[in-house]
Amino acid sequence: MVNACFKLDCLNSDATPWIAELVNLLGGDAVLSSDEDLVPYSFDGTAALKQRPACVVFPRSTEDVAACVKLARRYDVPVVTRGSGTGLSGGSVPLTGCLVLCLVKLDRILEVDPRNLTLRAECGVITKEIDDAASGHGLFYPPDPGSMKISTIGGNVAENSGGLRGLKYGVTRDYVMGMTVVLPDGEIAWLGNKCVKDVAGYSLKDLFIGSEGTLGIITEVLLKLLPKPAARRTMLAMYDSMEAAAETVSAIIAARIIPCTLEFLDRMTLGCVEDYAKIGLPTDVEALLLMETDGHPAAVEDEANRMMEIARQNGAREVKMAADEAEGARLAAARRNAFSALARVKPTTILEDVTVPRSELAAMVKFINETASKYRLLIGTFGHMGDGNLHPTFLTNEKDEEEMHRVELALGEIVEKTVSLGGTITGEHGVGLAKKGFLKQQFGRVSYDLLKLVKKALDPAGILNPGKIFD
Amino acid sequence: MSAESGNKGVGAKLLKQLDYSVLQQCMHCGMCLPTCPTYMETKRERNSPRGRIALMRAMADGEAPVTKSFADEMYYCLGCLACQTACPAGVNYVELFETSRAEVERSGVQPRGQRDFWRWLTLEVLFMHPQLLRAVGVMLRVYQRTGLQSLVRKLGLPKLMPGKLGALEPQTPTVADAFSDDLIDAVESPAEKPRYRVALLTGCVQDLVFSQINRDTADVLLANGCEVITPRNQYCCGSLHGHNGAPELAQELARRQLDMFDVESLDAIITNAGGCGSHLKHYGHLLHHDPVYGPRAAAWDRKVRDIHEWLVEIGIRKPVAEPATVDSTPVEVTYHESCHLCHGQKITSQPRAVLNVIPGLKVKELPESNWCCGSAGIYNITQPEQSAKLLERKLKNLESTGAGVVTTSNPGCHMQLAFGLKGKPGAKCHEVTQPVSLLAEAYRREGKGVREEG
Repeated sequence: MVNACFKLDCLNSDATPWIAELVNLLGGDAVLSSDEDLVPYSFDGTAALKQRPACVVFPRSTEDVAACVKLARRYDVPVVTRGSGTGLSGGSVPLTGCLVLCLVKLDRILEVDPRNLTLRAECGVITKEIDDAASGHGLFYPPDPGSMKISTIGGNVAENSGGLRGLKYGVTRDYVMGMTVVLPDGEIAWLGNKCVKDVAGYSLKDLFIGSEGTLGIITEVLLKLLPKPAARRTMLAMYDSMEAAAETVSAIIAARIIPCTLEFLDRMTLGCVEDYAKIGLPTDVEALLLMETDGHPAAVEDEANRMMEIARQNGAREVKMAADEAEGARLAAARRNAFSALARVKPTTILEDVTVPRSELAAMVKFINETASKYRLLIGTFGHMGDGNLHPTFLTNEKDEEEMHRVELALGEIVEKTVSLGGTITGEHGVGLAKKGFLKQQFGRVSYDLLKLVKKALDPAGILNPGKIFD
Repeated sequence: MSAESGNKGVGAKLLKQLDYSVLQQCMHCGMCLPTCPTYMETKRERNSPRGRIALMRAMADGEAPVTKSFADEMYYCLGCLACQTACPAGVNYVELFETSRAEVERSGVQPRGQRDFWRWLTLEVLFMHPQLLRAVGVMLRVYQRTGLQSLVRKLGLPKLMPGKLGALEPQTPTVADAFSDDLIDAVESPAEKPRYRVALLTGCVQDLVFSQINRDTADVLLANGCEVITPRNQYCCGSLHGHNGAPELAQELARRQLDMFDVESLDAIITNAGGCGSHLKHYGHLLHHDPVYGPRAAAWDRKVRDIHEWLVEIGIRKPVAEPATVDSTPVEVTYHESCHLCHGQKITSQPRAVLNVIPGLKVKELPESNWCCGSAGIYNITQPEQSAKLLERKLKNLESTGAGVVTTSNPGCHMQLAFGLKGKPGAKCHEVTQPVSLLAEAYRREGKGVREEG
């Protein structure tokens, strides 16, 4: 009985010759096309987006990927690349009838090079496993997106994922030194090297980082690692107003301290996270700031004390330090689940990713709250206060048309305000399908056309993830 | 096997009737994936919680029919509920899982014939009639004790048995010499004035195979000041039926169970089997449509306690260490978590707390202690291949601890681990037992507070 669910149940290879060719190419076990197999590949981590592909394949090598791309091009079938499907802008949501390349089986860590502080891995390796492998050599891989326990490194690079440590350590882009990429014509290119300095030609690898699967398929990455910080301190500050928390963040930055993490959760989010994690977070405060500093033990001690002092000066009701690293890790883990935990409140959670210059944080937070009450909507807000990246999350029901209309109006206003403050519509989730409608607003005609020009130059046939980022 | 009707499928009914918000609760973030043993094995979304929920939702929406392929998927799922622990959004997977299996059985997409016979024999006959089940137990005991079993094995007869039965024969557990009712009186009182009055659930497999663990549980309760009420000839709790698509039978068994106990008069109802406990705590939901039994079931739910949970709640009395124990090298033990104890009931620290009060033990943490061992109810029978892979993974982790003894708290896990270790004669780990048994032994060693056996 068990075998039955591993075989192709109802593959009608006569009707779709390109699927039959894929079976020949990769073997029947690596090609899925039954209804029961396709329904679960119709979505990623984004709310309310669902489209069914014609077929899902599991390549095992760069060459497999290249062969699939060539085949898709021959049959003019769009290709959507996917890792673990945790994206939050619909970047890996299939197009109806497309070919999905699921790269989770390219999952080998190929090399850790402690002499050059690099790690080379296939694209399907889980992000956390990258960090674990580095950790074995006393090193670490700083980008830590919320879904790091299951997201793939290839997906992180394609989306240029951020995380909780962006403030001090930057984002995925800052750690990519090289990559193997399959181009839209099926050719295989290696871009980059282990050199810290390299100005030979255009920085082509940078073109593919954050390209959301529209320009090429990243199959292997060369990553930069850092020495693991010797010490880490985690602190919590509780506030009666969100503005006071935002003021604290500005004051810390102004005091020339760069903590590795400055995360905040509002009251609604706190309630949901505590309900899930049960780690004793306060649920009766308006805002909570999770602060973390790492580095040399002496510097960490000094920074931690100064940050706690600044929090108190800026109206924190209570400030406390995590007892040990384990407690700090538990707090950070709970914060990583904030978005999913908010789903406890209402059937549909629509997550935003607007980001503003840090000086505008307090204004933006205030505006989001006003917009929520203006449109009678439930919004839970959390995010990376230290780098200006906010995640206002609409708690709604996709089946309630009238409310969904109000959500759209509110969203429009939040985006408009973001752009007017010099911000961006997406700090770390990507444009995909979800933010496509707002991109023009931020870019202006010339730069928007430039985006399309790049796409056209690399993928004239429009085979890779068409209709994502822009039409 | 894949009948034509099964492939085309039939429309869903139970999934359509289900409160839609339970399905909607999943926002497909993927946090469940790394904790799902079947997804991690195949890396295929349909073998994951969110993939299965997507299929259920498509059926509830009328976009997809119930098919044989879906049936296979729902029986490939272990029902270990690791996804429920991982899920930040609080999806009630157990309800979705049970509804889907019931849907599968209702729809008739499964093959008929032999499967129907085994389902009828186990679910409708044996596990509905405790006296019959125990009579079969006695027959099995005779078969095992008279040397007939070893003769059958020597003659290679298991190879002649139909289908998978032959392969399963070596896994047949050894039936206990006496059942719980022979070992435990209907009412037993502690030496001193009782602090609490509790009922003890004896289970079915637990009763047939591990009646000594029930005796140990009673001893531990007595040693902690509890009067123990053990109704005779207890029914199956119905978890087997609930998990295998027979909700009506599960409801019937819950009603019979409720009739056996005077819930009002008890401080707690004690279960020592992780799988049963997880089901027993949800009688309220199971019978919420029942105007007579519904309220009684809700009261029942509030009193059901896992033995470890109860001991920690009332404060475990630390056994007095023998002088010999103080000086000797401690025995290294580790702890494997039953899925339905840790994921179903969220009881993780209490069994460890029990082990930690026992003198002369050194508790070593088991890597992946909450990863399913592959027993999963009757999964080792229905999905032997995947079950064997999980067992192998568990044995590897056990070996890495260096402990000689592994403890667990569920008859299914207990048998699975014992079966696995039997196949590894050279392994460091050589004994499977349960925290309550070790605790009971420790009390016995101090020679007071427990009733003499006899």
